[in-house]
Amino acid sequence: MKLRKKIPLIDQHDHNGFWGGKFGGSFIPETLKKPVEDLTREFSKLRNNKKFLKKRDYYFKNYIGSPTSLVKLENLSNHLGGAQIWAKVVSEANGGAHKIYNATVHALICKAMGKKYIVGDTGAGYAGKMLSMAAKKFGLKCKIFMGAKDIKRQKPNCDAMRKNGAEIVPVYSGSQTLVDAVSECMRYWVSNCDTTHMCVGSTVGPNIFVKICGWSTAQISRELKIQITQEFKKIPKKIKLINCVGGGSSAYGFWSEFIDFKKSRIELIGVEAGGPKNSKLHAAPLSRNAKIGILHGAASYVCQNNEGQINDTESISAGLDYPGVSPIHCFLKDTKRARYTYATDEEALKAHVMVTKFEKLNPSLEPSHAFAEAIKIAPKLSKDTIIIVNSCGDAKKDRDILKERLGKN
Amino acid sequence: MSSLINRAFSNAKNENRPALLTYTVAGDNTKKKSLEILKSISNYVDICELGFPHNTPIADGGQIQTSAYRAIKNGIKINDVFSIAKNFKKIKKNKPIILMGYYNMIYQYNENKFLEKCKKSKVDGLIVVDLPYPENKNFASKCKKKGINFIQLVSPTTSQIRLKKIIKDSHDMIYYISMLSTTGGKLKVSPKKILEKYNKIKKQNKSKNVVIGFGITEKTIKSLKKADGLVVGSAICKEISKSIEKRQNAVTNVTNIVKRLKNKIL
Ligand SMILES: Cc1ncc(COP(=O)(O)O)c(C=O)c1O
Repeated sequence: MKLRKKIPLIDQHDHNGFWGGKFGGSFIPETLKKPVEDLTREFSKLRNNKKFLKKRDYYFKNYIGSPTSLVKLENLSNHLGGAQIWAKVVSEANGGAHKIYNATVHALICKAMGKKYIVGDTGAGYAGKMLSMAAKKFGLKCKIFMGAKDIKRQKPNCDAMRKNGAEIVPVYSGSQTLVDAVSECMRYWVSNCDTTHMCVGSTVGPNIFVKICGWSTAQISRELKIQITQEFKKIPKKIKLINCVGGGSSAYGFWSEFIDFKKSRIELIGVEAGGPKNSKLHAAPLSRNAKIGILHGAASYVCQNNEGQINDTESISAGLDYPGVSPIHCFLKDTKRARYTYATDEEALKAHVMVTKFEKLNPSLEPSHAFAEAIKIAPKLSKDTIIIVNSCGDAKKDRDILKERLGKN
Repeated sequence: MSSLINRAFSNAKNENRPALLTYTVAGDNTKKKSLEILKSISNYVDICELGFPHNTPIADGGQIQTSAYRAIKNGIKINDVFSIAKNFKKIKKNKPIILMGYYNMIYQYNENKFLEKCKKSKVDGLIVVDLPYPENKNFASKCKKKGINFIQLVSPTTSQIRLKKIIKDSHDMIYYISMLSTTGGKLKVSPKKILEKYNKIKKQNKSKNVVIGFGITEKTIKSLKKADGLVVGSAICKEISKSIEKRQNAVTNVTNIVKRLKNKIL
């Protein structure tokens, strides 16, 4: 299994859609074959269409607000000693998280395909909120599938979705979280694929959805590459790019321009959700050695039992609370290009507290997992090591959880 | 020798009616009960489909999901599914049984081991919902080598070119999904339209048995009786749920609905 250079990772799959010969693919019911093929054809046309690219760049700049800033976390770095810690504040993007890139691109594709309805899944509520925003902007009717448990714990984002005119469909099956929302959304698409476009909220699902999402979030690392070069004159010798991993869309977007670099120069570190410290449940298939399985139309490392039943997961962070992970991260793991670890609920909370104490930054619980790793390793590293954390979400949505766990507003 | 599946279709044809196929979930609501249901309804059914339940079924509607979750909660394991099939075949040697489910279960069990076990349990066919053509080619040919029918699915969205290829690659039976829907949806396409598409499939190769499934209930079954076979799933799973809720005998109730379904297509 080998990575190739100078080819975007999203395109390094074989003709059956598998990365590294075994991750990804399209395990879909027959009914979805045609819509998936149509979408695949349309996307490969659009991504080579200059007019479409211009449109994308226009909306990325004027609607999403690219570029988001790269800032040095001076106080946190000084407090910890060791490496310099920086943050790419992707939460500055319109709506408050990276999910806006994928949502905007899907809305544009939906329009290009002449469809008027768009549906999507959401866990933290960001993917849903952003899709509802993009749908409103481009005049599409929008339905969002969301686990009943997540509807309760991510209320601010649900309010936003409703305000944007989207219908939230609560999902009561299984653990009532993201995994169930994605299943239900796919079921809806099976029944309505003739009129409706589906957006998958991360780099998961059948091959084409991994590609579209990765292609969209890759904007983050295009910006970052320019920003690093401007800030340091040239790309420094020791960089560590730390990102939380749920489905893996922000991590892929944050890393895509840097995958060709040597690991010794630019290390890629993915942080999954370890769940509560004393719980057996987690959402960390990569770092806790789950077996390969098929979930939501793709082969990836999946939290599951010996029989192939998908395990319940648990995490304080709704956005990371998912038993599977992107096939491209499985590929990065097996080729050893990226390193994956996890942070527990408690570690993420502590990281959130520390970052907000020292910096004018309010990372949501998802990127707080990434900050937990940064805080853990920074003191052991040299002063010329540059740690950059993708602060990919804003904690406004976590208001209720933070209040409950930390007793603050 | 012709397969049991083929023979079931010719028997029905001789009686001038479509074959009746039922779908129940193994272990719904217990291992013992689901075997009893299977034994009892098989007196009226031509081919029995037995689901091996998965907890993330992306193509199933509410009724079958409920049955699957109930069976899993009651502890059904894949080896139990095989033992239900095996025990069934001990008594109903000539009644074809088709296992149906999602690929991850087969993948975790190991394809070869799974097929070996199918053979030992005298399973006649397999339907894998999320393993479409051409991804299923390799597995389908493994099935063929073991003498197990791999049943391809075709849907209203299947293009003409694809249809040709799928039929060419199919074994004795093809499953036509009546409409864009998960299982358990209300029949939203007219029977006439469904039969039009069905005839197109038949025209490709008359020797393949084509069954229609999804949305078939006591109300709709008669209108589709021109097909080679008709599959009823959700209506039966729903009957099991209702029986449990009302504390009635599920075996009796399910047998009665199957009898009524059969009467409608005689
Ligand atoms: C702020 C934020 N970060 C991270 C994630 C995890 O998704 P992904 O790994 O695709 O970036 C989510 C998902 O909802 C999110 O809202």
